Amino acid sequence: MKKISKFQSYGIVALTMVAGLLMSFAPGKSYKIGDSVADFKLKNTENGKYVSMASFPNAKGYIVVFTCNHCPFAKKYEQRIMDLDKKYASVGYPVIAISPNDPAVAPEDSYDELGKRAKEKGYTFPYTFDETQTVAQAFGATKTPHVFLINKEGGKLILKYAGAIDDNTEDAAKVTKNYLADAIAEVMAGKAVTVTETKSVGCTIKWKQS
Amino acid sequence: MKCLLALLLTGYIWASYAQTAEVVKFGELQKVMMAKNDTTYVINFWATWCVPCVKEFPAFRALAAKHKNEKVRVVMVSLDFASEKDKTLAPFLSKHQIDARIMLLDEPDYNSWIDRVEKSWGGEIPVTLIVNGATGIRTFFDHDFTPVSLEETFTKTINKQQ
Repeated sequence: MKKISKFQSYGIVALTMVAGLLMSFAPGKSYKIGDSVADFKLKNTENGKYVSMASFPNAKGYIVVFTCNHCPFAKKYEQRIMDLDKKYASVGYPVIAISPNDPAVAPEDSYDELGKRAKEKGYTFPYTFDETQTVAQAFGATKTPHVFLINKEGGKLILKYAGAIDDNTEDAAKVTKNYLADAIAEVMAGKAVTVTETKSVGCTIKWKQS
Repeated sequence: MKCLLALLLTGYIWASYAQTAEVVKFGELQKVMMAKNDTTYVINFWATWCVPCVKEFPAFRALAAKHKNEKVRVVMVSLDFASEKDKTLAPFLSKHQIDARIMLLDEPDYNSWIDRVEKSWGGEIPVTLIVNGATGIRTFFDHDFTPVSLEETFTKTINKQQ
């Protein structure tokens, strides 16, 4: 989040490499910025077909957004998520929406309800259901909405940004910092992302009670 | 005239009992978190749309009632949207009385202040912060409470450094 010197960044790179080695022995840890992420395969609630990042072979990257039907924050961002796909799919960064909630806790987020909402609103992107919650865990998603920007680099899927879409959930007209759009612009320009992570209030993901 | 007086008086009494939330900026919350006096502040971050928050609300009411005559102040920091408070927070507060300071934190750029409450906090609610400027206590809890667990946690926390 803060600007760091070159020396510090080398240190961080070295530390990240060590941490990466350690983490490969510790399953359950989620992706960090700069990590290569694994593709996933989730059912699109709009048509029952499985969707992966590989389903978009021409994409340069992906906007993976964990969202849902029931959460007031997700509702506030619904139109903005639809607009993101309209704006960025054509330039190579399509939206893939994932609802990770356990419908036993949030009935509005059942497979059928998700599909219904997507069709009603005419989503132009897949609205998938992460039934096992393993994708949300892998990404380290904690809330809805929670967005992750992925860029294809040398055949790998690299995590470039994680956090909020912008700085005003309540009112899209009052947004002053477009965190995600700024990150996409930097990635598209081949620059390093300035703000790689942001924090936000949101609804907690409804994890399955184990 | 008498009638008018009675009406005004009734209005005054009603107003003094009705709970309202102060709409505040981060600085106002900061003042409570950084207060140097010997009051223990139990600061709960919540919202009416947050199911676990609403569920644990009675725990904070019970804590506030039990420690009413001590130097303990419960502060309920609502993250409801300021523009919708008359539809969300106000009806909730008219149904759920609590002896607490109630704030609505109107700071939409969450990323600008979440770290200033607690570095390890990602922004999920409910969370609770117990602070006492005089004893230097500052403990953050990223889980919800029952009335029993809150009372126990509170007692343990304030006795830790006394």
